[in-house]
Parts: sequence; structure tokens; C-alpha cells
Amino acid sequence: MRRPPPAILLLLAILAGFVVMALAAPLLAPYDPLHQSLLARLRPPGTALRAGRFLLGTDDLGRDLLSRLIFGARASLAVAASSVAVSLATGSLLGLLSGWRRGWSEIVIMRLVDSMLSIPAILLAVLTVAVLGPGFVKLVLVLGLTRWPRYTRVAYAQTLQVAALPYIRAAEMAGCRPWRILLRHILPNIAGPLLVVATSEFGLMILFEAGLSFLGLGIQPPTPSWGSIMSAGRDYVARAWWLTVFPGAALFLLVLSVNLLGDWLRDRLDPRSATR
Amino acid sequence: MPRHIAGRVGQALVAAFGVLSIVFVVLHLSGDPTLLLVPPDASAAQIAELRHALGFDRPLLAQYLAYLGQLAHFDLGQSLVQRAPVAVILAARIPYTVELALAALAVAIGLGLPAGIAMAVWRGRPAARLLAVVVLAGQSLPTFWSGILLILLFGVTLGWLPTSGADSASSVILPAVALGLVTMAGFARMMRIAMLDELGRDYVAAARARGLSRGAAILRHVLRNAAIPVVTIAALEIGNLLAGAVIVETVFAWPGIGQLAMQSIAARDFLVVQAVVLFVSLVYIGMNLLADLAYAWIDPRIRRGP
Repeated sequence: MRRPPPAILLLLAILAGFVVMALAAPLLAPYDPLHQSLLARLRPPGTALRAGRFLLGTDDLGRDLLSRLIFGARASLAVAASSVAVSLATGSLLGLLSGWRRGWSEIVIMRLVDSMLSIPAILLAVLTVAVLGPGFVKLVLVLGLTRWPRYTRVAYAQTLQVAALPYIRAAEMAGCRPWRILLRHILPNIAGPLLVVATSEFGLMILFEAGLSFLGLGIQPPTPSWGSIMSAGRDYVARAWWLTVFPGAALFLLVLSVNLLGDWLRDRLDPRSATR
Repeated sequence: MPRHIAGRVGQALVAAFGVLSIVFVVLHLSGDPTLLLVPPDASAAQIAELRHALGFDRPLLAQYLAYLGQLAHFDLGQSLVQRAPVAVILAARIPYTVELALAALAVAIGLGLPAGIAMAVWRGRPAARLLAVVVLAGQSLPTFWSGILLILLFGVTLGWLPTSGADSASSVILPAVALGLVTMAGFARMMRIAMLDELGRDYVAAARARGLSRGAAILRHVLRNAAIPVVTIAALEIGNLLAGAVIVETVFAWPGIGQLAMQSIAARDFLVVQAVVLFVSLVYIGMNLLADLAYAWIDPRIRRGP
């Protein structure tokens, strides 16, 4: 295996940085992200007060923005990773099933996929979260269960191809049970394309979490999330630019790194797309 | 061809039926949709009365059939909050979102097509790689961030453009740029692939052999052929633009259906939210169908079919 190019290593380092930030947030954050101080409201970056030095400034309740950003990485990555896991599992399973069983399950599942993909995802998520109410688990389930159809399409098409190969017939004749064929013999062979979808979905889910939190439907205050920090900062955009600029920059950097990695992964796994 | 059309129309109808069913299921996820339609301070008696009046105490299947029957008559119901037909409320906002979506489409095409052409023509050179990163950066931009940055720069700092509302003709510029930057990526990618497909064909070599320069061959022949698939994805991107409007309209206080959806969620006016979701999804399905049919009409190989 070739060593990845330096640019890819840099992207991986950025991504790892965000993961470390999320995992070690209590150790890295200089202050308690929930601690309010009315005397230190809306201070610009670099302000030094008796209460401490605020590298990225403070918000409208006098909370340290840097600490809130560091803790905000948790919301982003936890929601995105969990919802990708839910939709990857659900979508792959349904795709395997419809590609293997064919018949009615194929018709029902694939028509449902068409319908789901016709509803713009952000609207479906907004509607569902608004109906169910906010909360971490609900948010993950909503995102996970609205985003499975893309995986299903890929898993279905790949399963159709792989299931026709001689080694699957051989496994069948050797007496392999269907679920064992699906999970042990087909799934590993279609994992590459599913991984590519999962990477691009991961970037999208980070944007969705932030977007829903920005709209007030995601992670609820006072828990820090980049989206809700920006939503609060929007009211002070003329007086306190740092409240929207910094969280947005973190979000943009994270999503761009994930998307660039996803592109590279796709070209690696599917050389045709790179040479085109 | 008639078979192809009938098949596609049938597929679109099935998808539309699926959308209606999914929205019905989602609205019933909370257990009692009545609670989604009343102000938080409504009394238990009021809620019970309304539940009965709206038929939410009937069996689910009966409710489902009544819901489909209503929609079949284009009846979106009455908003209990605004005391007006939902269709009227929705119709008043649609022109704004259409204006925003078209302006954003112009931005996306204006930036995306040249980027795609350049990426294809400069293929393999560092400039093409840089452009690919720029295009992907556009796609990675959260619209609520780019929107606020645009407001900061052009509204607050420079004071050139209005930052919210739809009061003047130039109000649409900033939201359209924020929305268009995200959509640009789709056009750039599609144009690049279409150009690369065409550049490799024999007629290009023939044109070069006749003595045409590479630039002239691209301008005279390649662009025209490569444009065909790109025209059809423009129809698909309209659906994405309508959905993206939810966040952009909130940032810029643009009075379209996205803002309407968010206002209605805050006011617990879910029949209006439902109408917005149905409208956008059905437009998306319709555009998809149109794009497919247009593509088949343009390309005789699909038109005649096997």
C-alpha cells in the first residue's frame, strides 16, 4: 500500500485534532463552558480581566468562547458519528435484503427509497425534530433514520452484482445459511462503496447538526454546539463578530477536511473516478 | 418512447404517494397530532374538542384515507393559528422563494460552469486541483455562516447591500450568493465530467485535424454537446435550492416558504409546515420527471429505446 500524500496526512491530522478536542474537552478548555459572568459580557478576543484571559472573547452571557467551541466539537462529532452509524447499519441491511431476496421486499424497499430521497433531507429532519421535540437521542435517531436511503441504493446495486458471482453460488451449494452469506461473503465485498457514502454523509451530518441547532431544533442551550452559538451570536453580529466567525470557521474547516478526505477515498477505491 | 414516458410518470406518482405517506407517519409520530396544532396554553377541553373536530380520534386508517382524500382535492386545510386557508398562506410566500432560488441558480451556474470547464481543460495541472478544492470548499460552507459573513462584510462593514428582508430589488443578492455557493459544486462537477467525456471523442480529433485550435474546437463543438446533461441537472438542483432556502431565509429574514416553515414551527402551526414539506417534495419530484423527459427528448438514443 502506497503512503498517502502529505496533503491527506495533513487532513487526517486536522480531523484527529478535532477528535482529540472533543474527547479531551474538559482537559483542554481553559474555563467551564457554562460559567456565566455578567461583568465579562461580549468581550473581544484577547481580553484579559481579573476573571481570566479570554483568547477568543466571551459571549452575551460572559461565557468563554474558546471553552464553548472546544466543548461544541463534542456535539458535532457525537451527533454526526452516531447518526452515520445508525443510517449506515439501517441502509446497508435494507440494501442487502432487497438485493438478495428480490421480489416484494425489493419493490417495497426501493420505492420507499425513491420517496425518501424526494423529500429534501433537511426539511424532513426539521419536520421530524419539530414533531418529536429536541434532544440528543432523538436528534441522532431522526438524522439516522432519514438518511439511510443513499446507503440502501449503493448496497442494493452492489449486492445485485456480487450475488451473481460464482463464489456466492458455491457458498450456497456448500450449505451456507442466507444471513451468513450476506454478512460474511457479500458485505465485506461491498464495504468500500458504503464507506465512501458514509464519509460524505459524515460531513453532511456535521452540517445538519449545526444547521438544526442554528434553527433551535438541535442541541439545546446551555449545552454548547457550534450551531447554537452562532444562532445566539447572530443577534450581536455588528457588535461581536467573533461569536459567529469562530464557530463557523471551526465548522467549515472540519467539514472541508472530511469532504476532501472523502474525495480522496473515493478516487482510491474507484480508480475510474480519478482518471476521468 | 410512450412506454418510457408512462413508466417515468408512474414512478413519479408512486414517489409522490410515498412522500404523502411519510409525512403522514411523521406527523403521527408524536402520538397525538392535535397537540401540534394548538397553542401551548390550550385547556384539556379545548384540545379534546379540536381532536374530535379534526377527526384525530378516529382510527388511523380512516384518518389516513381522509388525509389522502383532502389532498387529492388540493385541500391543505385551515391554519388554526392564522385563521386562514393554508393554501393561501403558502401561495403568498412562494414567489419570494422562487425569486431567491432562481437568483441562486444564476449564481451557481455562473460560477459552476466556468469552474467545471476550466477543471476539464486544465486537467492534471495544479490549477485544476486548486479549483477542485475551491469548489469543494463551496460545498462545505454552512450557509448560515457564509450568510452571516456576507452580512458582516457587505452590510455592516461596507454598507453596500441590504442585509435582511425583501424591501428593495438588491435584497436578493446576498441570500442568493450564500445559497448559490453551495449549489455551485454540483454544476462544476457535472460540467467537468461532461466536458471530459466530449473532449475524448473522435469529432474533437477531427476538428483539430482540420486545423482548428484547441480553444476553437472547445468553443464551437465541445461546449454545445457538454451542455446537454448539465441543463438537465439544473432542474434537479432547484429542489435542493428550495430546501436550502429554509436556513438561508432564516438568516436573511427573507419572507419565503423556508421562513414560513420556521415561523410555523415556532407558532405550532403544523398544517402549514406540512404544506411546505409537501410542496417542496412534489416540486422536486416534478422537476425530476421533467429533467428525465427533457433528457430523453434531447437524446434520441433514449427516445427510441430498446
